[in-house]
Amino acid sequence: MIVPTMADMMAQGKQPEVLFWVGAAGSYDDRAKKISRAFVKILHQANVDFAVLGTEESSTGDAAKRAGNEFLFQMQAMMNIEVLNGYEVKKIVTCDPHSFNTLKNEYPSLGGKYEVFHHTQFIQNLISEGRLNIDDTSLKGKRVTFHDPCYLGRANEVYESPRALIKRLGVNLTEMKRNKSTALCCGAGGAQMFKDAEKGDKEINVLRTEDALETKPNIIATGCPYCNTMMTDGIKFKEKEAEVEVKDIAELIAEANKL
Amino acid sequence: MQYLPNILFALVLILGIGFFVMNIRKLSRNIKLGKDVNRTDKKPERLKNMIKIALGQSKMVKRPLSGFLHIVVYVGFIIINIEVLEIIIDGLFGSHRIFSGVLGDTFYGFLIGFFEVLAALVFIAVVVFWLRRNISNIKRFLSKEMKGWPKNDGNIILYFEMVLMTLFLVMNATDIHFQEAGIGNPISQFIAPFFDGFSPESVHTIERSAWWIHILGILAFLNYLYYSKHLHILLAFPNTYFANLNPKGQFTNLESVTNEVKLMMDPDADPYAAPPEGEEEAVPEKFGASDVTDLNWVQLLNAYTCTECGRCTSSCPANLTGKELSPRKIMMDTRDRLEEVGRNIDANKGTFVDDGKQLLNDYISPEELWACTSCNACVEECPVNIDPLSIIMDMRRYLVMEESAAPQELNMMMTNIENNGAPWQYNQQDRLNWANEE
Ligand code: SF4
Ligand code: SF4
Repeated sequence: MIVPTMADMMAQGKQPEVLFWVGAAGSYDDRAKKISRAFVKILHQANVDFAVLGTEESSTGDAAKRAGNEFLFQMQAMMNIEVLNGYEVKKIVTCDPHSFNTLKNEYPSLGGKYEVFHHTQFIQNLISEGRLNIDDTSLKGKRVTFHDPCYLGRANEVYESPRALIKRLGVNLTEMKRNKSTALCCGAGGAQMFKDAEKGDKEINVLRTEDALETKPNIIATGCPYCNTMMTDGIKFKEKEAEVEVKDIAELIAEANKL
Repeated sequence: MQYLPNILFALVLILGIGFFVMNIRKLSRNIKLGKDVNRTDKKPERLKNMIKIALGQSKMVKRPLSGFLHIVVYVGFIIINIEVLEIIIDGLFGSHRIFSGVLGDTFYGFLIGFFEVLAALVFIAVVVFWLRRNISNIKRFLSKEMKGWPKNDGNIILYFEMVLMTLFLVMNATDIHFQEAGIGNPISQFIAPFFDGFSPESVHTIERSAWWIHILGILAFLNYLYYSKHLHILLAFPNTYFANLNPKGQFTNLESVTNEVKLMMDPDADPYAAPPEGEEEAVPEKFGASDVTDLNWVQLLNAYTCTECGRCTSSCPANLTGKELSPRKIMMDTRDRLEEVGRNIDANKGTFVDDGKQLLNDYISPEELWACTSCNACVEECPVNIDPLSIIMDMRRYLVMEESAAPQELNMMMTNIENNGAPWQYNQQDRLNWANEE
């Protein structure tokens, strides 16, 4: 798969249209890597001139910040901003709502001002500009429910672009009883992904999976690599792997377009 | 002697209002114990928010039943205040129903009739509220933090309203002239027959008593507010005005940290250089919050505004799955501690004397703080735009940056970020491997 880096581009004296911020999960987590690849295939299909930072990318610092370590966050931020500004990056797209939120909202006051898109917003733009089509209907008739990631939904009020894309797949989109601004967290945010939960009587991802299962879905669509892991674990816990799939919207589109 | 009631009335009024003003000044002093934060930008947007959310109750109706009942009580309460104005004028000048002369019988009758209907509706709404709180098992009213005073406080105000509304109707029902005029007594006319057998004198005495108890009750209510979650009927307005307007995911970038990080990353900076002129005395800043005085004034205003409705807690994923965290409790603890600090200052002639306590540990435990997923559900839910998450985050910052007291796994995650640029222990050189793995 061809994934150009900013360094390559620079060497050729080129400036890509957009930087794809892969994020730590998208780079290292086996499940999330598939999402990164699906998204790259879509970018290729739409002839988007993009590049990644590759080994020059580092953690945005989101998890450190939300764990309370403002020092580490700002060090990461300033390092990343130095690299991004060095390449004169203007536009960024990412599949990770945490990176999206941090780059979009928390980097500007530290000197990093970019136009930042979540991949669902970016893909929606490609479609409305006529650069991409979702023509296949192999998913037609499937019941799909979408889990709103907190850092995309409530945190930034992006509710429509993921739904608009899902509808384009010709599927039957059903809503959970807690959706959009009232959606329940998958349990991974605020650095919870990296630690055991405090004691309680249930895991949050299991509760959220129950929300999803109530809609009797064939597919749970996600737009965040962490939500994806949490929901996948929830489905395993409920022993529903045979009936229900957890898929990122980018994966669904890549599949529909046979990429 | 004939001016005695008027003088008495004026005295009661001055005392009642004076005591209230004194408490409000204490309240504002306490809020100012918080750190400064600038919330004077974007005035039109702030005003719009206040009108929509506090005046228009737009977030209340997200839960239709309690939202609707709340609006009935709220509208009733505000409009009936016109009646209170009349009572005050009558009381001071010894007039009787002065507005009826000013407004003319027809309009006055319509107005009072309207108030009577409102009073009856408020009464019904309040009874339903009472039943919801005390009979039906609504989970958010049964949480741990609602035991004792918070529960009683909720009920006391309901009794208050029942009594005030009843007095208002009895006052009308026993006003013989008013009843005989038959202009505006759609509800009280049904109460009037109850007094049929009474002598005109005793009916008059009852009317006067109801009138007096009514105004005394209102003054008592006013002064009760300060001690109660019902302070929100006043503070909801400034609280929504000064609320955070940034996207909910945008957390503050601590400026004190920015300065230090810049210095650390600047290759030309001399770490041993003397601080610039005038800054030698600078006390090293405390990072994050361990007590109420480390929070900013908006967070403290939030604490006084909290209605203890528990909408935040009932949508909190941590709370829903049985963890210790309850965003409502975070707000109640902050208020309780702030009150304690305020009393300490009063007792020690204006200065705070260390009492060996703080918000962290004595009120809020690290276990509660670490259970938060920063999902913002509590912030979204709050009908008066309170932000419990900002307090949780500031306290986490204190735990991590001042006490290095993060859970072990988080320390590992942070070490990984520091060394490998990712929360996991992977080599940064492998960061692009995903591209070639299919
Ligand atoms: S932000 Fe934290 S406290 Fe608020 S609802 Fe989410 S988990 Fe609960
Ligand atoms: S913080 Fe807001 S939602 Fe929570 S109890 Fe207080 S008023 Fe209700």
